[in-house]
Amino acid sequence: MAAASLALASFGGVALAEPSPWQLNMEPGASTWSHVPYDLNNISLAVCVVIGILVFGAMFIAMFRFRKSRGAVPEKWAHNTTIEVVWTTIPVIILVSLAYLATGGLTSWADTTGSQMTVKVTGYQWKWRYDYVSYMGKPIEKVGFMSRLDKQSDDTRQLDSGMDPYAVKVGDEHTYLLNVDKPLVVPIDTKIRFVITGGDVIHSWWVPALGWKLDAIPGIINAAWTNIKTPGTYRGQCAELCGQDHGFMPIVVVAKSKADFATWLSEQEAESKKSPPPPAPFDEASQAAAQRD
Amino acid sequence: MSYAATHDQHDDHHGAPKSFFRRWCMSTNHKDIGTLYLIFALTMFFIGGSFAMTIRAELFKPGLQLVQPYFFNELTTMHGLVMIFGVIMPAFVGLGNWMIPLMVGAPDMALPRMNNLSFWILPFAFVLLLSTLFLPGGGPAGGWTMYPPLSLQSNSLAYVVFAIHLMGISSIMGAINIIATILNLRAPGMDLLKMPVFVWSWLITAFLLIAVMPVLAGAVTMLLTDKYFGTSFFNPGGGGDPVLYQHVFWFFGHPEVYIMILPAFGIISEIVPTFARKPLFGYKAMVFALACIAFLSFIVWAHHMFAVGLPLGADLFFMYATMLIAVPTGVKVFNWVATMWGGSMTFETPMLFAIAFIILFTIGGFSGLMLALVPADFQYQDTYFVVAHFHYVLVTGALFGIMAGTYYWLPKWTGQMYSEFWGKVHFWNSVVWVNVLFFPQHFLGLAGMPRRIPDYNVAFANFNMISSIGGFLFGASQLIFLGVVIHAAFFSRKKAADRAWEGARGLEWTVPSPAPHHTFDVPPVIHDEELAHGNVHA
Repeated sequence: MAAASLALASFGGVALAEPSPWQLNMEPGASTWSHVPYDLNNISLAVCVVIGILVFGAMFIAMFRFRKSRGAVPEKWAHNTTIEVVWTTIPVIILVSLAYLATGGLTSWADTTGSQMTVKVTGYQWKWRYDYVSYMGKPIEKVGFMSRLDKQSDDTRQLDSGMDPYAVKVGDEHTYLLNVDKPLVVPIDTKIRFVITGGDVIHSWWVPALGWKLDAIPGIINAAWTNIKTPGTYRGQCAELCGQDHGFMPIVVVAKSKADFATWLSEQEAESKKSPPPPAPFDEASQAAAQRD
Repeated sequence: MSYAATHDQHDDHHGAPKSFFRRWCMSTNHKDIGTLYLIFALTMFFIGGSFAMTIRAELFKPGLQLVQPYFFNELTTMHGLVMIFGVIMPAFVGLGNWMIPLMVGAPDMALPRMNNLSFWILPFAFVLLLSTLFLPGGGPAGGWTMYPPLSLQSNSLAYVVFAIHLMGISSIMGAINIIATILNLRAPGMDLLKMPVFVWSWLITAFLLIAVMPVLAGAVTMLLTDKYFGTSFFNPGGGGDPVLYQHVFWFFGHPEVYIMILPAFGIISEIVPTFARKPLFGYKAMVFALACIAFLSFIVWAHHMFAVGLPLGADLFFMYATMLIAVPTGVKVFNWVATMWGGSMTFETPMLFAIAFIILFTIGGFSGLMLALVPADFQYQDTYFVVAHFHYVLVTGALFGIMAGTYYWLPKWTGQMYSEFWGKVHFWNSVVWVNVLFFPQHFLGLAGMPRRIPDYNVAFANFNMISSIGGFLFGASQLIFLGVVIHAAFFSRKKAADRAWEGARGLEWTVPSPAPHHTFDVPPVIHDEELAHGNVHA
């Protein structure tokens, strides 16, 4: 029964940007790299299902054939070197193949060189801050903003609010707890480097459609990259317990065509010349001092 | 003369003390202390379970209906701490206390007074831990892993750290006692490679405990000094590193997860030969696999940290090392199946739990293998996929192992048979509902639901509701277990034979049922055919 549901799960994946009801499997994602975890997930799941069918199958045959009620007489042997060598060696071969696939995927993920854009992501209790650092080799001045849970979700999620989570929608899409007041806007077909850090406690920046998550740790700057293939809205959530509102700090990435992104960026730059973006709520030194108190 | 002097001081030599206080609070008897551990674990199981029920009730549908988010975090934290340190570990120590001396032909544990102390520390540790829920500021809410800087924001940190120190002292004393008993008090002829696999599994587990509990104590002590004494081990503002805590914690934490599963491997290795009426297949391979798993557990800790941004080389090393664990674990599973093959099987409740253990633990192992692949782990990490994984290995693994062992040895403890009908009712309810509870959580994780959140998008509603229904029914099924145990202890009229199971082998079945207060005052004579794994030299 469990094996059957596992097999079913392996066929459940369809290209989606948001979780859908009854979704059984991971999404292939929307970036040039995001198929790597998806493929590894499916391959390793298939390997496990096959091994499971063989092992559990042998067990069920044994349970049927060798029962006392059918008059089975126990045998005396308790050892067989050949078969023990075989079932130690075969798993090693399977594992080496899986490790080979995973190593290639991981090595390509770790290479953040040659990026055309850099965005700094900072996690705070309980919101994200995005600062645009550079685009196409040119530094970007003063484009940065906070991104927090949208008002409608925030009102609905209060204890005994009496409001219906199913009523939180953008168009036809149910966005309860997966929408923000101001999304991160990025271009498609661009290798974007994210530098990720934390302002107070550890958070984790995760958009499933990009294929990875990376912790936002105070005092440490992590780097990862993505290259989104199709325009769209990609939603994610904080993935490291960060306090009472950990479940309420979503991430929304809006991927636009390069032309649309350039327009958006110049609007932002013009706006920031008029009014500078608000500073970060804490810097690390004051946070450290607060911890000592 | 010295014998006479000793004898005079042990006026209770042929029976338990009459006074309740003297018997239970001042006990130095391995059986009574084992019983105390088991009762303690069962009590904590229902407390930890009530936290889980509240969590599943809040997650029954989207929107917050029952608890505030902060209290939800207290519940997940307490559920983890109580189930790990209050249920699984004490239950295994209780089983070890009861059965190891009986299995190696020893009159008692090697250090009986320390045995008493190591148990009686525990109730105080847990009163301290649980009391934080009623204190201003509430209990710990940073997860059972207590990652800084978040855990440093909690006002109950000092209580939690002290409680963990006490639990650690208790575990270390228990482990020392088990090692001393196994290495020194075996009956003549009970060579190391003739010991039951359960005894082997505990010997190896005890070494793991001694190695890593001090590491946990060190990690939480650094949290304490960071919060109250101005140090900056984990505070980047003072030159510290929050990731250092995670390395130290998981250097404890990964061996810890094997501490919680190796004794279960041992129990299953006793039960399967008994009900297959055939010697354990590949005894030496089983012992060697245990030792391999224990060794590997020390070099895989950072697979809990693939998302923290380790260097590529570290990711690769920990991925390869983690995948290696599948080999000895696979050997164990194959050997259990080979033990069944060609046997003459019956399916009493202990065997049913053992078979469910093998299948469901293996499913947990499969998801463990998937989690080991770093790029896939970038997606799985900190989602419900991980929650499903570790509940498969800890509930249908460790807990089912404990329940299998309880049904298996209950006749020896109480002298009466439990109700086979109600045992099977408990089994079938547990095995069905535990899968309804945890299997859909794989889907939730793959669809993108993070763990440790009190509320979720409506896309996750269906499987959360199914999971909660499974959770409530699994929880309720455990009341049947309580009923079966109480019935077997006090009300069952069916006397157990000394050898309660037809195919049971091992010294514990040569003593009367119930096991008298003192056993093996005279060392027994070991016959190879009496051992569960038969003649190991064949």
